[in-house]
Amino acid sequence: MLSFLQYLISGLSLGSIYAIIALGYTMVYGIAKMLNFAHGDFIMIGSYVIFTVVTTLSGGSIPGLLVAIVCCTLIGVTTERIAYRPLRGAASPLAVLITAIGVSYFLENLALLVFGSDTKSFTPVVSWSGLVLADGKLRIQGVTIITIIVSIVILIALQTFVNKTREGQAMLAVAQDKGAATLMGINVNRTISITFAIGSALAAVAGALLCSAYPSLTPYTGAMPGIKAFVAAVLGGIGSIPGAMIGGLCLGIVEILSKTYISSQLSDAIVFGILIIVLLVRPTGILGKNIQEKV
Amino acid sequence: MALLEVKDLKVYYGVIQALKGISFHVDKGEIVALIGSNGAGKTTTLHTLSGLLQPRSGEILYNGKNITKVPGHKIVSMGMAQVPEGRRVFPDLTVAQNLRLGAYSRKDQAETEASFEYVYKRFPRLKERQNQAAGTLSGGEQQMLAMGRALMSHPDIILMDEPSMGLSPILVNEIFDIIREVHEDGTTVLLVEQNAKKALAIADRAYVLETGTISTEGKASDLLGDESIRKAYLGE
Ligand SMILES: Nc1ncnc2c1ncn2[C@@H]1O[C@H](COP(=O)(O)OP(=O)(O)O)[C@@H](O)[C@H]1O
Ligand SMILES: [Mg+2]
Repeated sequence: MLSFLQYLISGLSLGSIYAIIALGYTMVYGIAKMLNFAHGDFIMIGSYVIFTVVTTLSGGSIPGLLVAIVCCTLIGVTTERIAYRPLRGAASPLAVLITAIGVSYFLENLALLVFGSDTKSFTPVVSWSGLVLADGKLRIQGVTIITIIVSIVILIALQTFVNKTREGQAMLAVAQDKGAATLMGINVNRTISITFAIGSALAAVAGALLCSAYPSLTPYTGAMPGIKAFVAAVLGGIGSIPGAMIGGLCLGIVEILSKTYISSQLSDAIVFGILIIVLLVRPTGILGKNIQEKV
Repeated sequence: MALLEVKDLKVYYGVIQALKGISFHVDKGEIVALIGSNGAGKTTTLHTLSGLLQPRSGEILYNGKNITKVPGHKIVSMGMAQVPEGRRVFPDLTVAQNLRLGAYSRKDQAETEASFEYVYKRFPRLKERQNQAAGTLSGGEQQMLAMGRALMSHPDIILMDEPSMGLSPILVNEIFDIIREVHEDGTTVLLVEQNAKKALAIADRAYVLETGTISTEGKASDLLGDESIRKAYLGE
């Protein structure tokens, strides 16, 4: 029983990381109507920045995280500006999707060039060792607890931002109708830039937490979590902020439990199998809206 | 000087020319109707005025200022608001949130609150439903919301694109009454309609748009009496 609880908590923690990545995916999708397949690579870049500041320059974890947030934000906004924006309104939505895949390869190869292909051993940004409960039978690592707390704080902050602030409302307006949003005086390009900035900053945070929990860093570190977070976002209902959170948590828990109790080789197959089943039953995801025609 | 003046406007969708050089003007305090059948270019005209489309050539002057190249999001703060075709309210947002977005371009909080009061007074139904998602409103209520949202910017001129489309005769009358009242409150109106009879009845002047060209213009009362207009647009 205690070991089940232990695994459940690990699943929650991994799921919280997926959730933070999925929030970035889902916001960009919801507002810019595009899948930024390079989102996972923003995580990797953020992690390398932290690694450089903390390990190479001995700069401390908090400065490392802050520098990573700034770098990822700049990369996200710049990528959108030079690679995605010119294709907005292109005849086929595939154009921007393929470009995003191109950006993903570009960032991975850039990291290969700059940092090399060897695995870097990441110094966790959370130094707290955690809690020991039930006479030492239940150990919860500090990074696990911090990850779960951080994801909840981010969820609440985003929900408040989107529902209660002027810029947040502008985002929702752009998500629903860009033309009508323009008529309101909303600068659509600027709103999409802000969305990319937020999503990319979240990627840096996710990178710090991911590499603290699984401290080996390569240029491909972001790829798989990126895809899993995309699955989480679709599972929860793409475009929905609470959906990304629920999807991420579900995915993390399923992944850890199936690794533990079924097979570690099969766990990814199970994760993607669940996605397929959920989409067959509920094509819009758990919290996705049913698209209904309004009379 | 006209409040709004359009000179030789040409607009293309790719290689298709939707506006073939149209010119017209709206004076302060007028209701001007722009009528024409489906596909004539009415919506294209309003989209170009609001900066959602860029013209290939021609000029748009607003208060004498050339606004042809002003980006769309800067138009509403200059005093020109639009009630778009098909209402285009933000369906997942509440009525109140939609209205607040209508005042997005305004800085002064007190003025925004005053506009809320004005809009709720004019549309009591919107006040009753202020916390309801806009997508769940009826067609007539959505039209009122789209109008209220445009009024939240306290515009000098309001562009309306087929506000009576798809509504029952009773609601059509109600909408036209509201247009008249909004005009009496001091707002200039450029009204695009397929319901030519109703539009000409409340307008001062009118232009007839035919496949991207203005074919007829004149006093609304004269057009109402014109034989060929009656045949082509009033179904007589
Ligand atoms: N997005 C578009 N792409 C291509 N052609 C368009 C587009 N929108 C409108 N058109 C064409 O431009 C012409 C004018 O359309 P529109 O301005 O919508 O007419 P109206 O509002 O008078 O019904 C029509 O022939 C229409 O088919
Ligand atoms: Mg039209």
